Amino acid sequence: MTGSRGKETIVAATETAGTTRRDFLYIATGAMGAVGAAALVWPFISQLQPDASVLALSSTEVDLSQVAEGQMVTVKWRGKPVFVWNRTEKDIAEAKGVQLTALLDPIARNANLAADAPATDENRAGEGHEKWLVVIGICTHLGCVPIGHSGEYDGWFCPCHGSEYDTAGRVRRGPAPTNLEVPPYKFVSDTKISIG
Amino acid sequence: MSGHSTFEPKHPALKWFESRLPLVGLIHSSFVAYPTPRNLNYWWTFGGILSLMLVCQILSGVVLVMHYTPHITLAFDSVEHIMRDVSYGWLIRYIHSNGASMFFIAVYIHMFRGLYYGSYKAPREVLWILGCIIYLLMMATAFMGYVLPWGQMSFWGATVITNLFSAFPVVGPTIVEWLWGGFSVDNATLNRFFSLHYLLPFMIAGVVVLHVWALHVVGQNNPTGVEPKSAKDTVPFTPYATIKDAFGMVCFLIFFAWFLFYIPNYLGHADNYIPANPLVTPAHIVPEWYYLPFYAMLRAVPDKLGGVLTMFGAIIVLFFVPWLDTSKVRSGVYRPLFKQFFWIWIAVCIGLGWLGSKPAEGGYVIAGRILTIYYFAHFLIILPLLGLFEKPKAVPASITEAVLGKNKGAAPASAGVSAPQTKG
Ligand code: HEM
Ligand code: FES
Repeated sequence: MTGSRGKETIVAATETAGTTRRDFLYIATGAMGAVGAAALVWPFISQLQPDASVLALSSTEVDLSQVAEGQMVTVKWRGKPVFVWNRTEKDIAEAKGVQLTALLDPIARNANLAADAPATDENRAGEGHEKWLVVIGICTHLGCVPIGHSGEYDGWFCPCHGSEYDTAGRVRRGPAPTNLEVPPYKFVSDTKISIG
Repeated sequence: MSGHSTFEPKHPALKWFESRLPLVGLIHSSFVAYPTPRNLNYWWTFGGILSLMLVCQILSGVVLVMHYTPHITLAFDSVEHIMRDVSYGWLIRYIHSNGASMFFIAVYIHMFRGLYYGSYKAPREVLWILGCIIYLLMMATAFMGYVLPWGQMSFWGATVITNLFSAFPVVGPTIVEWLWGGFSVDNATLNRFFSLHYLLPFMIAGVVVLHVWALHVVGQNNPTGVEPKSAKDTVPFTPYATIKDAFGMVCFLIFFAWFLFYIPNYLGHADNYIPANPLVTPAHIVPEWYYLPFYAMLRAVPDKLGGVLTMFGAIIVLFFVPWLDTSKVRSGVYRPLFKQFFWIWIAVCIGLGWLGSKPAEGGYVIAGRILTIYYFAHFLIILPLLGLFEKPKAVPASITEAVLGKNKGAAPASAGVSAPQTKG
């Protein structure tokens, strides 16, 4: 606060030499200006967020009676593909046969469970409906849509950079870092789920 | 450096204007009287070619906007409408899409020129960094432009590239949602990309002004890397550089026209003539050719965040080249070892580009890893060490000496340098 003292002390001779009233005014003005600028910038940043119309589209219902055993369908939820898979006994057995230690990502990534739930098949499949696997169809690497019923682990293969997922949608080969996400959903009846 | 002549308005009206805004004088001193080294070769015409391409992109782009509709349900059709219905629409669109590739060909040559002749070295560091900023802005602009036709490649390119930001811990996913304005690439994304694609070229134009300003403060480098010492070392910009630049531009435009009229889709991807489908990713997605080396680096690293950081790092490292290169000799012409490493590095960049277009499997990934390591080693190990260990060749005393030989050229202050040098 001692800058440009020369002139200042002459102009404001009655002030103490260290801090002048003018210094206070500069800082107060600058601070008000900064607050004002920030208040103005915020709306310009905030408008980037998903808007109300996008948020409003956030739940989708799926009729499961139309999905045959072994069949996988893709539905759209919040603009994203969601895979709904009616798994066969073999698919389920395969998923159950995997040790947690063999997984690249041992966390369930199930929005309906605790954040640290382990990635067992029970925690990945539908609650009380173990044949149903519902996952967001977006590769956790960089967002491509993996191809179903393919890859070495009989789940999905991502055409973009070669990630592979097993029959519980768990990543088994990188570069994808995490398992396919299980979206928030619940069984409305035995043959209907509501996602979101 | 003093100019070869100064601008003296004769006409009274011009005198009146000039004393109020010395615009003509500024143009005269920058592009007419401005002293340019007498030995510039054709690699120096690419700055002018780049300016031409920027104007070309802005003009064709503004016209395209007159017919284009930025909405997910209409964008693809409006581009087809431009191609089929709008009078000469096909030409304007092909100019713009191929023009972007030409712009990148020119900028890569321009940057390689700078790296070879040491144009980034003191006192041109700021000039160089402004160039790197232009390059970054160009990449952002071209990326967002490619999204606009809303074909399959548009959509999935946008998805993969925006998802790069999800690699950053904690804030990543939020950043991506805010880039998209939703939970996936969608109409909000298309609209904001359109807005920014229109804006950024004008920001590039602004940075180009700073770039050229910085150039005119420190003066142009030249193939010898020796600063001009007397008026004999330079020639006035007009007619010498003007004509040479114009000739370079015409040759470049012929090359451009060949793409434009004979193979306008050669550099594009057939998949982008399929409308975007958010539920199906094309089997083989690759970015535009000018991003391929970086794409190869992204895929070379088996870790998501690591891949993203490597890719950005490959560009960031360019900003530091002025300080990584420790050599006292500026131009590669007089650096026998540097020269060889330079060409190896060019080959590595091209190799990475080729790998980027291949599927990410087996040998391609391994080769990608080796070349990625070499790319960084060039900047972080080879450049700093070369400057310390390399024994450069004798540098000519002046540009004129390099051009005309020692006897005619030796500038008064040049005693002490042996062996006459010819231009390398
Ligand atoms: C839109 C893109 C660009 C335009 C329009 C542009 C324009 C120019 C022009 C007109 C010149 C003077 C003529 C010449 O020496 O070639 C120049 C010089 C230069 N540019 Fe650029 N430039 C662009 C991008 C870049 C980039 C991306 C870099 C490097 C990363 C760069 C680095 C340089 C350097 C170092 C010089 C001084 C060259 C010398 O005199 O040796 N420029 N630029
Ligand atoms: S996006 Fe699926 S592997 Fe990269």
